[in-house]
Amino acid sequence: MENNRRSFLKFAGVSVLGLGSLSLLDGLTSDDVIASSGQTSAEATYKKTANALTAKRWGMVIDTKKLSGKICRKMEKACHQIHNVPHHENKKHEIKWIWEAHYKHVFPGKQDEFLEERLKELPIPVLCNHCANPPCVQACPTQATFQREDGIVLMDFHRCIGCRFCMAACPYGSRSFNFRDPREAIAHENEKFPTRMKGVVEKCNFCAERLAVGKQPACVEASKGALVFGDLADPNSEVRQLLKENYAIRRKQNLGSNPSVYYLV
Amino acid sequence: MNDKPKIIIGLIIFFAVFTFPFWYNHGAASSAPEPLLSDKAKEAKHCVRDADFMRKEHMQLLDGWRDRTVRDALRVYEIDGKEYMASLSNTCMECHSNKADFCDRCHEYTSVEPYCWDCHKYPKEKK
Repeated sequence: MENNRRSFLKFAGVSVLGLGSLSLLDGLTSDDVIASSGQTSAEATYKKTANALTAKRWGMVIDTKKLSGKICRKMEKACHQIHNVPHHENKKHEIKWIWEAHYKHVFPGKQDEFLEERLKELPIPVLCNHCANPPCVQACPTQATFQREDGIVLMDFHRCIGCRFCMAACPYGSRSFNFRDPREAIAHENEKFPTRMKGVVEKCNFCAERLAVGKQPACVEASKGALVFGDLADPNSEVRQLLKENYAIRRKQNLGSNPSVYYLV
Repeated sequence: MNDKPKIIIGLIIFFAVFTFPFWYNHGAASSAPEPLLSDKAKEAKHCVRDADFMRKEHMQLLDGWRDRTVRDALRVYEIDGKEYMASLSNTCMECHSNKADFCDRCHEYTSVEPYCWDCHKYPKEKK
């Protein structure tokens, strides 16, 4: 047969069609696989635990008038023990979920020349603010950090690749990076809660695992009433009542991150 | 010039070397290991799903548990009217408390290295 342009084009056309239909068939069969595996899991359903505490937007009010160094340390201990937060001797490797700081560091924009004496030396507990408009969530390239429906800004440690963009994005320094294996530095491991691994970022989770079983966050339990936890979206909640009756401030409010942790001063 | 013998010898050496892993390991393959059930698992008789499903798809199941628990706060897995807390350390390992004999045997055989245990706890084994 003579090899001319016409027969070449015909041959090429038929070949493309043939290959195209092959991949189409391929696609159909793999779709079947997906459909059938979907069917087997259709009979199983997921739901919330029966006694879970729920809210539209979880928030916290911290009453600095009821605080003392002792209470702060108690809260820190309770939180860090329950969540297997390691205690590294080297400050550079420190991991913090909740810790105490001074007014001048907590509220750098509100430094009055003649500040109330009490506030100057008062230890103020700081933790993740679970912002309504969280910059860390926007920065995370893998969606390891995300905002749950109830407003909690949570970490999915399975997805964290340790890039630390979130740490750069967080205006409050609420996040710590595991430069070392945390298991080296956990004195008494809580068997019911996982540890983290080297190379992931971690932070306060507003005790999502405790809310799921109907418990208040560990720091709130240890705070002797200085911390109040509740639904900011519910006008009748205890936190909203407190905010109605008292003047409260939030950290670096001007940045627009809309923190959910309020401080009564 | 006739290099036929050289070429053939070369080819024989090449194939011998190339197929070395196959005949070296021939017959040495160990049979697939059977995971050992702990007493508690034997007593319970049934797992969250049937054994066949668990054998084939426990990894997908665990992935689902992980995602729903962490991301959607849906911590209860309900199937056939039974409810389970979707938790590796607190549900699976409750019965399958023998990680070395239950998990590791097959994972080692298939050279799978799941990173569950970097963070999640497993019960200390009594020997």
